[in-house]
Amino acid sequence: MSEKSKEFWRWREYRHTMPNMDWHDAKMVTAGVDIGSVGSKAAVMLDGELYTYAAMRTGGVSEETAVKAMNWAIEETGLKTEDIHYVVGTGYGRVNVPFAKRTITEIACHARGAHYIYGPTVRTVLDIGGQDCKAIRCDEKGKVMSFLMNDKCAAGTGRGLEVFADLIRTPIEELGKTSLSVQDEPQPVSNTCVIFAKAESVALLRQGWPKEKVSAAYHLAMVNRIIDLLTKVGIEKDFVVTGGVAKNTGIVSRLERNLKLKPLEPKLDPILAGAIGSALFAKALYEKEIGLR
Amino acid sequence: MITAGIDVGAKYAKIVVLEDGKSILTRANGIVGFDILKSVTAVSEKALDGTGLKRDQITRIVATGMGRKAIHRTPPINAEEIVPDVIADAKGTHHLISTVKTVIDVGAEEGRGVKVDENGKVRDFVINERCAAGAGTFIETMARALEVKVEDMGLLALKSTEAIPMNAQCCVFAESEVVTLIHSRVTKENISKAIHDAMAGRIASMVLRVGVEKDVALIGGVAQNPGFLPPLKKELNTEIIVPEHPQYVGAFGAALLALEMEGHQNE
Amino acid sequence: MKAYYGYKDGSGDYFIIIDTDKCNGCRKCVDACPHRVFELIKDEFDIEGGLMAAVTEEHRKKIKYSCGPCKPMSGERKLQCVLACEAKAITHSW
Repeated sequence: MSEKSKEFWRWREYRHTMPNMDWHDAKMVTAGVDIGSVGSKAAVMLDGELYTYAAMRTGGVSEETAVKAMNWAIEETGLKTEDIHYVVGTGYGRVNVPFAKRTITEIACHARGAHYIYGPTVRTVLDIGGQDCKAIRCDEKGKVMSFLMNDKCAAGTGRGLEVFADLIRTPIEELGKTSLSVQDEPQPVSNTCVIFAKAESVALLRQGWPKEKVSAAYHLAMVNRIIDLLTKVGIEKDFVVTGGVAKNTGIVSRLERNLKLKPLEPKLDPILAGAIGSALFAKALYEKEIGLR
Repeated sequence: MITAGIDVGAKYAKIVVLEDGKSILTRANGIVGFDILKSVTAVSEKALDGTGLKRDQITRIVATGMGRKAIHRTPPINAEEIVPDVIADAKGTHHLISTVKTVIDVGAEEGRGVKVDENGKVRDFVINERCAAGAGTFIETMARALEVKVEDMGLLALKSTEAIPMNAQCCVFAESEVVTLIHSRVTKENISKAIHDAMAGRIASMVLRVGVEKDVALIGGVAQNPGFLPPLKKELNTEIIVPEHPQYVGAFGAALLALEMEGHQNE
Repeated sequence: MKAYYGYKDGSGDYFIIIDTDKCNGCRKCVDACPHRVFELIKDEFDIEGGLMAAVTEEHRKKIKYSCGPCKPMSGERKLQCVLACEAKAITHSW
C-alpha cells in the first residue's frame, strides 16, 4: 500500500535556472531546502529573487536527499554550496539538512513562499498533501496570522482520495473528473472517517448508484470537511490551493463553488512554496547576522 | 412470559430470547449486511430454528444497537420498542454482575463507557463514534494489513516479547505504519501487541471521562479478544470482569427491558 | 498568531488554540498539565521571536484522548492549562 501511494503522489522531478540572472551580481545568496515526506525541494535566491531550484523525490536517507536536491539546483550555475550565505531547512525532515544553519517550521515557510508565488494579496492558503491538510491565514507580508494542520486523520488528505480511487478502480489523476460528470450534486457521504466513508460508498454502489455519483458524494464530503477547517482559521481572499490535491478538479471546483471564491492561479509551481519561503527566511536571518536588521 | 432483545450492531446482529427474565431459550448472531432488515430476519430465524418457538409467542421484542431503527415496528420482526445501546448495556451487565459500576462496551464501530447505578440505570456515559481508530474496526483493519485472521490477533499479541509504540492515530495511516513495521522486521506478535496497546490506550482515555469505579466490566465483541484485556487493565489500573458471552450482553439487556416494559404495562 | 494544535476526525473537533500574541512563554501551562501536553518552543514564525507554548508533537494527534481525563462528561471541568495561563492564551475547541 505504501509503495503504491508513492506511485500515486509521485513528484515530477525537475530543475530550472532563471536565464537572465547571474549570482555573481548578488549581494546575498540564500537558500531553502524543504524535505517533505514524499518530495524534497531546494531553492536558491539572489537578494530575495528566485534564481534556481530543483524538486525531487525524497529518498530513504533525508540527509542524502537534501544534498542531492541542493546540488541539482545549483548544477551548471557555477555556484557552490560555500557561496551560499545562509541556508534554512524546512519540512518534515528539516532537522536532516546537514548544511542548514537553522530550521523553520513548514507552516511559516509555506505562507512566505505562497506570498512570493501568488503575490501579496494572498490571505488564505490551503495546502492538501498526501498525508496532511494545512490551513494558513497570513497578512500582506506573508506572516502567519493563524494556522491549523491536520495530519492525524486521513480524511481530507490525498490518502483519503487514494483509498476511494482504489475502491472505484480509477486512476487518481482522473478521480476529480469522474466526480464532475454528474448532473446534480448528490448528498455528501455522511461519514468523515475514511474507513467508514469507504464502507458507505460500497453500500451506495450496491444500491445501484453509478460510480461517478458516488465519487461526487465522496468529493463533496471531503470539501465540506476542508471548508470546516478553513473556517476555523478564517477565510479571506485572496485564496490559494497548493499541494498534490490542488490538481484534483473535483475538489478545487467544489471549493470554489461553495466558498464563492476563485483560487488564484500560480505563477510558479506551488510545490516550491516551502523551499522559497525558507530561502526568504534565510535572507532575513542573514541580514540580521550581518547587522542589516 | 417470553421476551427477546435484538442488538443490531454495525457488524453483527445479536438476538437473545428470554423466558421470565431467567432462562435463555435461545441466542444467535450473524453478520449485518447491506439490507439490515433482511440480515436481522435471517439471524432471528437462525435463533428460533429447531426451538419450536414462533414470533407470536414472543410477547415483546426490544431492539438496540446502531441499526435498531431498521426493525422498529417493521415486519417481519416488528420490534415493539427501541432503546439506546448504553441503556441496554447497563441493564444487561448489571443483571449479570450486580456489583458493576462501570461498563466498557467496545463494538465494531463504537466504543462506550457507561457509569451504572445500583439499579442498573445509566448515570453517565461517553461514546466514541464515527472514527474507526476507537473501535473494533481498528483491530480488524490492522489484522488485514498483518495478513492475520482477526480471531488470531489477540493470541498473537499475548505472545509478544517487546512493547513497541504505534504513532498513527488513524486507521488508514496505521495501516501504512503496520506495513512499515513488517518491512523493518518487527515480529507479527509485537506488532499485534502494539495495535492492542494503542487501542486500549484510546478506550481507557475515553472511559476516564466518566470516571472508573469498581467493579468494571468489559462487554461487546472486542471483549472476546484476549489481547485487548491486559493492556486495558494496565491503562486503567484496575481489575476488569468479562462476563460470559460478552457480545450478547446488549441483546440480553434489551430482552430484560422488554420484560420490564410488559410488567409496567400490566400494572 | 493563533496556532491550532489538534485535529478534526469523524468523532469531532479537537483543537487546543494558543494565541501566541498573548503567550509570554512563562511555562506555567507546561508545569500545570497533568499529561505533559505542552512544551515551550522557540518561535519559528518570527525570527525575532522568543519562546512560546505549543502542544507537543506526541500529543497533537491524540489530543482528544490526552485531554480526556480533564474533561469529565459531568461534574466540574477543571482545565489546569487554561487556569494556569495568566495571559489567557489557551483555549480548547471542545
